[in-house]
Amino acid sequence: MPTVLSAPDLQRALKRIAHEILEKNRGSESIVLLGIPTRGATLSHRLAQVISSLENCSIDQGTLDITLYRDDLSRQAPRSLLPTVIPTSGIDGKNVILIDDVLFSGRTIRAALDALSEFGRPKSVQLAVLIDRGHRELPIRADYVGKNIPTSRNERVQVCLTEIDGIDEVRIEETL
Amino acid sequence: MKTHLLTIEDLTRDDALNILETAVELSRISDTPIKKLPTLRGRTVVNLFFEDSTRTRISFEAAAKRLSADVINFSAKGSSLSKGESLKDTAQTLQAMGADGVVIRHPASGAAKSLADGGWIKGSVINAGDGTHEHPTQALLDAFTIREKLLNGSGDLKGLEIAIVGDILHSRVARSNALLLQKLGASITLIAPPTLLPVEVAGWGVKSSYNFDEDLEKFDVVMMLRVQRERMSDSFFPSEREYSREYGLNAGRVSRLKKSALVMHPGPMNRGLEISADAADCAKAVIVDQVKNGVIVRMAVLYLLLGGIENVRK
Repeated sequence: MPTVLSAPDLQRALKRIAHEILEKNRGSESIVLLGIPTRGATLSHRLAQVISSLENCSIDQGTLDITLYRDDLSRQAPRSLLPTVIPTSGIDGKNVILIDDVLFSGRTIRAALDALSEFGRPKSVQLAVLIDRGHRELPIRADYVGKNIPTSRNERVQVCLTEIDGIDEVRIEETL
Repeated sequence: MKTHLLTIEDLTRDDALNILETAVELSRISDTPIKKLPTLRGRTVVNLFFEDSTRTRISFEAAAKRLSADVINFSAKGSSLSKGESLKDTAQTLQAMGADGVVIRHPASGAAKSLADGGWIKGSVINAGDGTHEHPTQALLDAFTIREKLLNGSGDLKGLEIAIVGDILHSRVARSNALLLQKLGASITLIAPPTLLPVEVAGWGVKSSYNFDEDLEKFDVVMMLRVQRERMSDSFFPSEREYSREYGLNAGRVSRLKKSALVMHPGPMNRGLEISADAADCAKAVIVDQVKNGVIVRMAVLYLLLGGIENVRK
């Protein structure tokens, strides 16, 4: 089980993404971070902390559950729903940054874009992911990437975060 | 989750909590401008109603439509059922039309189970009331409402004192509620005249009483039941006035309830019989909330039963 990111690596990647977000959006004024549960939500929470400590201001932050918008619902057992929390100021005219742990086929992000359009019309939607493992099935790319990891389809990228798994690390596991 | 929702009896505590949790997330979405979700697009839900119903049928229809399912309403009146078609033939017709879910209400107890076990249809069966047996979605929406109003929408119902009052004998709502609320940890007292309290309640593990005025102060929830005149072939009480005086909820009894207590009624109400107009409209009454939550809880049930793949469900 090779570890591809250790705890300090993960911290550094998040800090860099925070800086890149601020650079691209010229500050933190109109940005809204939306994490995709579960681990994307945790990452969004951490990114918001890093950004607000860099800029000394509070960041609009929330979660967006995409389960009800998946296109593969009828192909697997029903999943339990996770919380969706949209900041009270809404997303109209904001630069929304979607955050997920692993970018793979791109289908989760497609569903997230569908879900997002129900809540309003953002000025722009950007995507930040901790790991980009390739194998895209849709024309979707990330604006901010923690680390690109070339993988084969029968590998599994496991992102562990202290809040959920008790440890910060990213591993590659072989599936059968 | 199982393939069908037929009774509260065969629902585990975890299944019930899963439905309630799913409903909580759906209710959060319902509070936003979103009125429609794409989740069940391309699925067909048939409302098969052999008995008159307004709110349950409309509630299921609204729930299915909010999840983008196609809804076919089928009521006994004006259909080939009134020409004497059997349940089996009707079911096979529905199967041929490709129903993914069948919501059934029937005057015979056990009808939903016959439909599910008959092997006539592949889809999920949801019991929307069978005779005097069970009405599981009503119990789930009542549990959801109690949780929302008294417990901030989380956890089980441990420690709550709940009274179910009235026509227990004919009430599928009473049975489903007694079983579910008890499964979730509440303590249940059934209150009814001796003629309307079936002998079998001894097996439900609940308390029972003939006296509504006793211990009225201790209840967190008072759930009134409709006097089901259409199912009464005998006289079960001397007069409506006497019933109303002994077992009706009126302003006097409401004033003795705890400040935080809830007054519930599954509807439709017989105002002036089991519940007086001022009790039905008092600040403790959550009868309209029950209707609103009905749509959300039924969305959760439809999602959990129809949202997944067919061969995983089987």
